[in-house]
Amino acid sequence: MAVSQLVGARVQRREDPRLITGHGHYTDDGEPRGCTALQVVRSPHPHALIRSLDTARAVAAPGVLRVLVGADFRAVLRGTMPVTPSFVADKRQVPERFPIADREVVYQGEPVAVVVALSRTAAADAAELVDVDYEPLQAVVDPDRALEADSARTHAGAPDNVCWDVTYTGGDVAAAFAEAEVVIRERIGQQRLAPTAMEPRVVIAEPDPYGGRLTIRLGSQNPHFIRLFVSQALGMAETQVRVVSRDVGGGFGCKISPYPEDYLVPAAARLLGRPVRWVETRSEAMVGTSHGRGQVYDVEVAAKRDGTLLGMRLTQILDVGAYCGTFGAFQAVAVYMAPGAYRWRGVEGRTVGVLTNKVPTDPYRGAGRPEGTHLVERMVDRLAGELGMDPAEVRRRNFAEAFPFTNPFGLVYDSGDYGRTLARALDLVDYPALRHRQAALRLQGRYLGIGLSTYVEICGLGPSAATAAATGGIALVEGAQVRVFPTGSVAVYVGTHAQGQGHDTTFAQIAAATLGIPIEQVELHHGDTDEGTGFGYGTYGSRSLSVGGMAIRGATIKVVEKARRLAAHLLEADEADVIFEGGRFAVRGSPAASRSFAEVALAAYGPDLPHGMEQGLEAVHYFDPANFVWPFGAHVCVAEVDAETGQVTIDRYVAVDDCGTVVNPMIVDGQIQGGIAQGIAQALFEEVVYDPDSGQLRTGTLLDYLVPTMSELPVPELSRTVTPSPINALGVKGVGEAGTIAASAAVINAVSDALQPFGIRHVDMPASPDRLWRLIQEARRP
Amino acid sequence: MGERVTMTINGMSHEDEVEPRTLLVHHLRETVGLTGTHVGCDTSQCGACTVLLDGDAVKSCTVLAVQADGAAITTIEGMARGDELHPLQQAFWDEHGLQCGYCTPGFIMTAAKLLSDNPNPTDDEIKIGLEGNLCRCTGYVNILKAVRTASRRMLSGSTAASASARSSE
Ligand code: FES
Ligand code: FES
Repeated sequence: MAVSQLVGARVQRREDPRLITGHGHYTDDGEPRGCTALQVVRSPHPHALIRSLDTARAVAAPGVLRVLVGADFRAVLRGTMPVTPSFVADKRQVPERFPIADREVVYQGEPVAVVVALSRTAAADAAELVDVDYEPLQAVVDPDRALEADSARTHAGAPDNVCWDVTYTGGDVAAAFAEAEVVIRERIGQQRLAPTAMEPRVVIAEPDPYGGRLTIRLGSQNPHFIRLFVSQALGMAETQVRVVSRDVGGGFGCKISPYPEDYLVPAAARLLGRPVRWVETRSEAMVGTSHGRGQVYDVEVAAKRDGTLLGMRLTQILDVGAYCGTFGAFQAVAVYMAPGAYRWRGVEGRTVGVLTNKVPTDPYRGAGRPEGTHLVERMVDRLAGELGMDPAEVRRRNFAEAFPFTNPFGLVYDSGDYGRTLARALDLVDYPALRHRQAALRLQGRYLGIGLSTYVEICGLGPSAATAAATGGIALVEGAQVRVFPTGSVAVYVGTHAQGQGHDTTFAQIAAATLGIPIEQVELHHGDTDEGTGFGYGTYGSRSLSVGGMAIRGATIKVVEKARRLAAHLLEADEADVIFEGGRFAVRGSPAASRSFAEVALAAYGPDLPHGMEQGLEAVHYFDPANFVWPFGAHVCVAEVDAETGQVTIDRYVAVDDCGTVVNPMIVDGQIQGGIAQGIAQALFEEVVYDPDSGQLRTGTLLDYLVPTMSELPVPELSRTVTPSPINALGVKGVGEAGTIAASAAVINAVSDALQPFGIRHVDMPASPDRLWRLIQEARRP
Repeated sequence: MGERVTMTINGMSHEDEVEPRTLLVHHLRETVGLTGTHVGCDTSQCGACTVLLDGDAVKSCTVLAVQADGAAITTIEGMARGDELHPLQQAFWDEHGLQCGYCTPGFIMTAAKLLSDNPNPTDDEIKIGLEGNLCRCTGYVNILKAVRTASRRMLSGSTAASASARSSE
């Protein structure tokens, strides 16, 4: 394929040959020589005081090398685990979190001791012998209840359970409500979810016996942040710590923040002077790996009788868990995104972060945007129902139309054409015919629903001025380094890190296209902090292409510019007359005299350079975008509810997405498909459940936590429009989260629409047969 | 305390000493060094650990290594013939049937058994056949496609359709 057509081409993934043959390199696949096994002893209680902890029996068990408790780690780990502002700078209280508890445990699964032994089985056996005497305390489980004055405290002695309580106002909300002809209210839940990447977490730490350095291997979405956090805690220079993350078996947000084990395993390795490995079991993942969502919203919307939206007031109650997640407050972005794709006079959103005795919540695919979208898309449908209008019509009437468009909170949507994606989606399902069919089926006592979701999302973190406030200092830009070797092959290093998104392929497409060389000559490197730029910012928030891809593009352009100067010298031409086309530098007007990219690369390492030019052909570029990017789209779900069983069957799922310029359509479709699956999973199946009284996790395995199988998910029909982003030269936006952001609203709008004849106006998630059956029974009761 | 077990793994005979409680998946990964078989759960729900044991697809986290004494085992590493991928591997590549790839070996092994029992399955038969495997990335859409494609190619005896497809696209 011509290099010039690489961007936009369905290039097959370069990572696949190793992954389909069993030669991927996930963290647990490589074991250092002499590696020991670490087992974490975890609290079985959601809330308790540790009266005493006796390790004697465990220490004496066969194969045990050391048993370490809080005090051992306090001697070698400084500070507490990081909590970034994540756009909520004013926090009322942030409980200090040390990676291991030594006095009070505040969630089930919190580490209280670790056993290091010669083998995994020896470590696991000995862990059972650690005797901990707990004094159980009342657990705080329900966030609403947690806010009442007489509630128990998540942390004994705390003044209350409020982590933050902040209100944002955009536009004139009072005027909007004063003008209202109709006001509708709803309480909308967002159940806790477990991200459930198929590869559990694994940490291997290996002290270098010669130089004093430490290598930490783990599956991470942002290895550089792990290096930063863990090196500081260990009191080591960043140069002394190498973090390596090779193939990662899924992330979805749960491999962004550092975890207790990310500190405990390296600290143990240093204490023992030996390599140490910890492998999470799925049961440990359910209690110990961050959850997502866990919110409830009280919302009211003011509108005119003709369907014009005026104002919205909402309160987000966010179940923070026992500690504030490193990026947990980012989920409050739901408030900023609650205006959705529409024009409003004013929106006011209050976010309250509530501490509970559960594992912390942190970003999970979409992180705040699925919640904001679900909220506004549900309310638009509720309004349509209230006014007896078609939900598509209410949307059309209120869409933001002129771009750039500033939402009530001052966020500037870069480009869009919301009417077009909706029109395309409605066409694809033949909307008028579908509404007729719905009416006809209702007469037969069958309940078909049609659900729309016309989402817009913020991604591409991000502009330095805005994102430094998210981390508390480091701006979330991206860096890339391009090195051209004498034979013309090219190594590209980037600070993002894929967990299945296919960056080896997409990024190589971008580099090869700019350099005018076959993709085979480009090798992509990421995930190893010893390589590439001084810092890397990671992969989350659908940022990698629009920020990392642009960094790669910038670095390759610098390389081409130097090569052009050198080529002009070699061709004895004026630099301005040298053109670069099809991988060759030629003098305009005399194509016979030309040099290939590889020839120029070789010359760059030779003696004959233009005056003042240094040897070598390499460049570093950091890209700082001027704004976020704003993908959008329209999804339609057609679903039937069996009124006798409550079972939902999705008949059709149509998605029209616009993520700007598409680099690799195959990968983009795959991201949308996977994203939709997770949105449907939330809408219909998944929920983390804690016992409301004891606080014990009830969904502790994949038997109880219902990740959908192949039989339970539809095959969505995909289409796209392309509205390039004006924010970057590639015109790209992002696509990793779009499907998830859109899907839960589409499904629940369909289910709610189906149940309209019963007078049911809103359905919470998951819309399980059990929940729907109860709702229908209640509605039928005279 | 160890017991001697002998298995033929991907056509090669392996004799090792194992602890009675060692799971087959750990034996394969840690003793034999075949790390393409993955572990995704501890309640036999995910199927990431699926291998062929005497021709049957089994979740190797549910089998003790000693139970597999004398058995013939095929893991994902044993599916390709030299450089020639198994039609399922090729189809997963061609159809973008994987993202993070963690579940993929398990899906390929389960699908291999499915296609050997039923070379021309319907979509519903594929879905039921692969119900014991979880994928968190793909939404299963392209896994379904990949199994269909592999089935079609295996029936028509063409496995190389993709090499040309790759360069022309
Ligand atoms: S590891 Fe999950 S089924 Fe075997
Ligand atoms: S490809 Fe990631 S779990 Fe299936």
